[in-house]
Amino acid sequence: MSLATIRIPTPLRSLTAGAGEVAVRAATVRAALEELERRHPGVLARVLDERGETRGFVNIFLGDTNVKQLGGLDATVNGAAVISIVPAVAGGAP
Amino acid sequence: MADRSTAPARSPAETEPLRLPPALRGQLERWASEGHPHEVCGLLVGRRNGTATSVARITRGRNLALERLRDRYTLDPEHFLAVDSVARREGLEVVGAWHTHPDHPARPSTTDRERAWESFSYLILSVTRSGVEDATAWRLAGGVFLEQPIVTEETS
Repeated sequence: MSLATIRIPTPLRSLTAGAGEVAVRAATVRAALEELERRHPGVLARVLDERGETRGFVNIFLGDTNVKQLGGLDATVNGAAVISIVPAVAGGAP
Repeated sequence: MADRSTAPARSPAETEPLRLPPALRGQLERWASEGHPHEVCGLLVGRRNGTATSVARITRGRNLALERLRDRYTLDPEHFLAVDSVARREGLEVVGAWHTHPDHPARPSTTDRERAWESFSYLILSVTRSGVEDATAWRLAGGVFLEQPIVTEETS
């Protein structure tokens, strides 16, 4: 397992006791997020859907790369990785 | 009966202002005008104190809604990632986003509400080919947008 820092965006910090970053040990991005959920129950429901896949309005990055380009959430965490939960910012009129 | 989900209300508990320096407001208006008739968008970087928000920097990002640039925006998530990384180093955070409504009022739409996140401030600029007509700010609370007064002043 590797050490990973999960960056929490502002809209989810109410679920992490205000923490903007959470450090975990995990072998994959999915495992890191599951560890985050163990520490802060309820946060994962905002990030993953019922199938355990990333919700449409959320992007997960491992370093500078969207995990979609790495085969998904089972991407391997190597070294001191940074996993970023990036909320989609979208809308429009009307 | 009015649809409360799209009829923003004002509540004393949610009227903490969005503080925006005059220079940044001016830059937003220039970006909005330059982008017309397309929707343009970006992020607000600063600090939050309860529900009060101070904007220290603004950014402009790519709108990825290429097939509907006139009435839809999807901010490039890689832009968010980059801005967030810098903000964290500065001791700041991404506190919200801004976008334009070309030839449309500066009020959040159903589409805006469906895509909004609580705790973010959403600044909307209504822009025509003559320039910015109006600017408003909103926070989502309990599924309803509540207006945040914009106070144009220097922030520390």
